[in-house]
Amino acid sequence: KRIKTVITGDINGSVKNGGCGECQTSCQSACKTSVANQKCENKKRVSSK
Amino acid sequence: MIHQYKLGGRNIILDTCSGSVHITDDVAYDIIALYKDKSEEEITGEILLKHRDVTKEDIAECIRDIRALETEGRLFTPDVYGDLAWDFKDSGGVIKALCLHVSHTCNLNCSYCFASQGKYSGQRALMSFEVGKRALDFLVENSGTRTNLEVDFFGGEPLMNWDVVKRLVEYARTLEEPRGKKFRFTLTTNGVLIDDDVIEFSNREMSNVVLSLDGRPETHDRLRKDYTGKGSYDVIVPKFKRFAQARGGKDYYIRGTFTHLNTDFTADIFHMADLGFTELSMEPVVCAPSDPFALTREDLPVLLEQYDILAAEMIKRKKNGKGFTFYHYMLDVERGPCIYKRVSGCGSGTEYMAVTPWGELFPCHQFVGEAEYSLGNIWEGVKNTQKQEEFRRCNAYTRPECRDCWAKLYCAGGCAANAYHAAGDISGVYQYGCELFKKRIECALLLKVAEAED
Repeated sequence: KRIKTVITGDINGSVKNGGCGECQTSCQSACKTSVANQKCENKKRVSSK
Repeated sequence: MIHQYKLGGRNIILDTCSGSVHITDDVAYDIIALYKDKSEEEITGEILLKHRDVTKEDIAECIRDIRALETEGRLFTPDVYGDLAWDFKDSGGVIKALCLHVSHTCNLNCSYCFASQGKYSGQRALMSFEVGKRALDFLVENSGTRTNLEVDFFGGEPLMNWDVVKRLVEYARTLEEPRGKKFRFTLTTNGVLIDDDVIEFSNREMSNVVLSLDGRPETHDRLRKDYTGKGSYDVIVPKFKRFAQARGGKDYYIRGTFTHLNTDFTADIFHMADLGFTELSMEPVVCAPSDPFALTREDLPVLLEQYDILAAEMIKRKKNGKGFTFYHYMLDVERGPCIYKRVSGCGSGTEYMAVTPWGELFPCHQFVGEAEYSLGNIWEGVKNTQKQEEFRRCNAYTRPECRDCWAKLYCAGGCAANAYHAAGDISGVYQYGCELFKKRIECALLLKVAEAED
């Protein structure tokens, strides 16, 4: 095996169950200057994995 | 779309549209680079020439593995998200977060302050309780079905209006149960006025506090002085230590700014860590290009290398039991924000707005004082719908420069204020910021890979 998957992302899986809008506005988190570091807060979101 | 790069002795492959991350040997790394543009026969020929120790069967097996990952939606995942931002941003005028400018004045005189020493190019002012109360009512009235509402107490220096901050928090708490809402408060402060009351109240009510410290004493005191010209390091560091300790070492960020004068900013981050702080953030300065501390084109390679140095040191310190968190390297790669959020961004001008001490609405704190960006006020709501529409149209897919960028689902097309200041247009691109951002994501993924290996 020459390829090792270390992280299985779920971006494509979130199309069906994302978009609740409850997550923290990124600019309120820490830097106020410059969405990568956000956490999802949708308790109903089910992983597609 | 994929992004492949070598860092920290690893070959890393990011599948942009699924978020999956793979590490490979050199052979697979080269095959993946050719996979979409060449036939299997052409790939085999090129790989056999470059890698003398592999066979045709090795290459065929690797290509089969790549195909399997592609079928499973973990490699070369197609980009089909272009229309999602319109759905998400067209959420009927819902507002869920406010940056409350409770103070347009400051007890420090930092030369690089984007808010012109807290005044935002206007008059010194403090927000009255009545204006703040109306802002909270405005937020609740316009929040639709959203439960989580956020308010950041900002300035200037918000602790110069501390009694109003406390009364506003207490008022907001009375709205929660009857209106089915949950407020999250945050506070951004220079620390000068921190006392036992601030610590006790904040630990009870603030979900996060952002504490401004630029790092080493000479770095911090060079630009963060009081009005007598005296640096503030010795005043604030003991207070920050007490504050962070009282919060149980979490739910705070020590937040610094780096400039042209400290392009070796990792030394400042390590200084923060050596002081015992573990939740750290360090941001590039926001200022006019003509300012003496503005970052220059020549600084860029130095800054990019600094992020590499930071990642390597964080891996080392974590292994030694002295790890710390760097805000921009904190990725939730397993779950993280959903695709709707990734495409549409921070919500400035639509679901997130700044409120001035006199109740005027702006798209975010970085637009306050720019008259053409005034959106309305907290009594009449958004009146400048044309300007708001410009923000609604801002997303990861509206800028031609972003269309083929591997990082667009991490930056959501970038910060509108940065684009405005760099390109004169919120739908422009702040290329310098893009370079820094992409490097940070590469380093953040390296840390995640190192974590997974452990």
